[in-house]
Parts: sequence; structure tokens; C-alpha cells
Amino acid sequence: MPQKIHIEIDRELCTGCGICIRFCPKDVLGESGTLNQYGNFYTEVKKLEECIVCRQCELYCPDFAISVEVKE
Amino acid sequence: MITGKELREKYIRNQPTAFCPGCGDGMVLNGMSRAVENLGIERKDIVAVSGIGCAAWVVSPYWRVDTLHTTHGRAIPHAIGVKVGNKDLNVVVVSGDGDCVGIGGNHLIHACRNNIDLTVIMINNGLYAMTGGQVAPTTEHGEKTITTPYGNPSQGMDVAELVKAAGASHVARWTTYHMRELTKEVEYALEKKGLSFIEVITQCPTRTGKKDNLSTLEMLEWYKNNTSKNPEDGKITVGRSVDKERPEMADVIYEQIISAGGTLK
Repeated sequence: MPQKIHIEIDRELCTGCGICIRFCPKDVLGESGTLNQYGNFYTEVKKLEECIVCRQCELYCPDFAISVEVKE
Repeated sequence: MITGKELREKYIRNQPTAFCPGCGDGMVLNGMSRAVENLGIERKDIVAVSGIGCAAWVVSPYWRVDTLHTTHGRAIPHAIGVKVGNKDLNVVVVSGDGDCVGIGGNHLIHACRNNIDLTVIMINNGLYAMTGGQVAPTTEHGEKTITTPYGNPSQGMDVAELVKAAGASHVARWTTYHMRELTKEVEYALEKKGLSFIEVITQCPTRTGKKDNLSTLEMLEWYKNNTSKNPEDGKITVGRSVDKERPEMADVIYEQIISAGGTLK
């Protein structure tokens, strides 16, 4: 069965530091260009189909904002 | 495999954290939580002790375990009290470089000499960040800080070498670029008997970043290019430098109590 990948980014927790964008090997994530209520440009998912579930973004996120879920 | 959301709900409280965007302290918290999760240690078996400073905020109030937020530099003495009181607990000390070496350097040396079973994680950002970026014992020679505007006249201290000489049974150094290795090292440190000392070199995007005009990503890139596992490369040496067996103080004290005819609960 194909994997169903869901990347959830909590907009209010994300501080827009860009670490996840830098460490993603497949450039799945990108800047949204929109501010959250704390005045940070949060990250959003750009190319979900490229994700290989390495969980690098989850591991490096200082604010626990990213969650990668895989449903089979 | 635990997802980020499950990890957050299990180990973190009081979000969003007060850390600046891109701060390495949150990354260390992430690694520590993952290490505890991977080992399957229950949260009630962990006591986290911290002093004062940005790094002290990693465990108190954000880590969802029992925490002690103590006086400046005195995290290790409080942790020794906790450990001797109940030696079945996993006691973790998270402390900044100013807190651990500057104010409480003496306590660190003697905890290593006693070799008590603590896991000391020193978050080294090279200055006193919370108070405005003053010079710390770990600031490199020539680095400009708010109190040394013409460059640091003294030499930075190699804390890993200091605790090695003082007799810690496990010493390692990593940076926030090496998150996978750091997580494994914390796992090893929690299981290791005796004092485990892990130095984590982290970026400070607010103090170092503004002064040197570097972004978080540039600093992480710098860690990648300027660290090496081989000490002969002339770069910052990362990796495990000490791993040895020595008698542990809490064990010895408990044995002495029993041999003197005392009872333990």
C-alpha cells in the first residue's frame, strides 16, 4: 500500500528560523511569507510529494512545530 | 517512531517557548526528549536541575519532568543532593557555559572528582547571553563581546579537557549541527554510571548573530565546516573523548551506610 504522508506545521509555534528548510534534503519545506500572531514568518509545506520521511526537520526544529505522520 | 506532535505533547509544557527564533537551546531540548523517549525511561524517574541563564530555561519550565530551578551556578550541588537522597533517579543538569564554568566552575570540578552519577549537559554559546552578551570563560581569544569591544584579551577555556582532568567518567562534545549524534550521546550518558559531561556548542542568533552579523544557518554551516572528530585536524574536536569506569559516589555512600549498620528505605 502506498504511504500517506502528512506534515503538520504549527503556525503559532513556528518562529521561522529556517533550520528545517536548510536541513530538508528534498526541499519539501519553504517560507510562507505570511506572519503568525507572534510576528514570525512561519514555514509551510511546498512539495509534499517529494518527502522521504527522513524526519530531519522534526529532529532539528527548536520549537517542536513540525510533525511528520505516516499512515499506511 | 514518535512524531513531533506526540513528542511535544508528552515532554513539553508552556509553549511557545521564550527562546529567540533559531536558538540552539530548543534543539538540545528536542534531542534530550528524544533520548529519554528512545530509552523508555519514565518521566517520574527523571529530575532535571538547572541554574540561571538562557540554557537553564531548557528544563525549567519547559521540560515536562520534575525540575529544580536553582541559584546561579549551583545547579550541580543541588543535583548532588537529589542523587544522594534517592540514587534510583536519573538526575540531569542542564546549564549554560557562564553558569556551569563561570559562576559554578568549582562545583563542576568537584562533582567530576567525586564522580557522582549525574548527566551534565553544558550548553556552550560562548558568552552570557541572557544578561546582554558579556564575556564568559569560554569566549574565544579575540572575540568581541559587549564587555570586550576590542576583542577578548584572555584565552577561552576548553571545558571538556578540564572535566577530563578532574576525573569525569564520560566526556563528549557535540554541536547543534550534530543532532543525531547528540541524541545518541545523551542516551549513552543517561545509562552511564558516573558523571557524564556533554558540551553542546550552540548558536546564539541574538548575541553572537547580531554582533558578527551571522544568521542561525550561517552559524550551523560554520559548525559543519569547523568541527572534526580527528584532533589533529586543527578544528574544534567533537565526539566522545573519555569513557572509563570509576567508583561512583552515591553507590559508595549507600554501601557505607549499610556496612555501618544503617537501614535504607
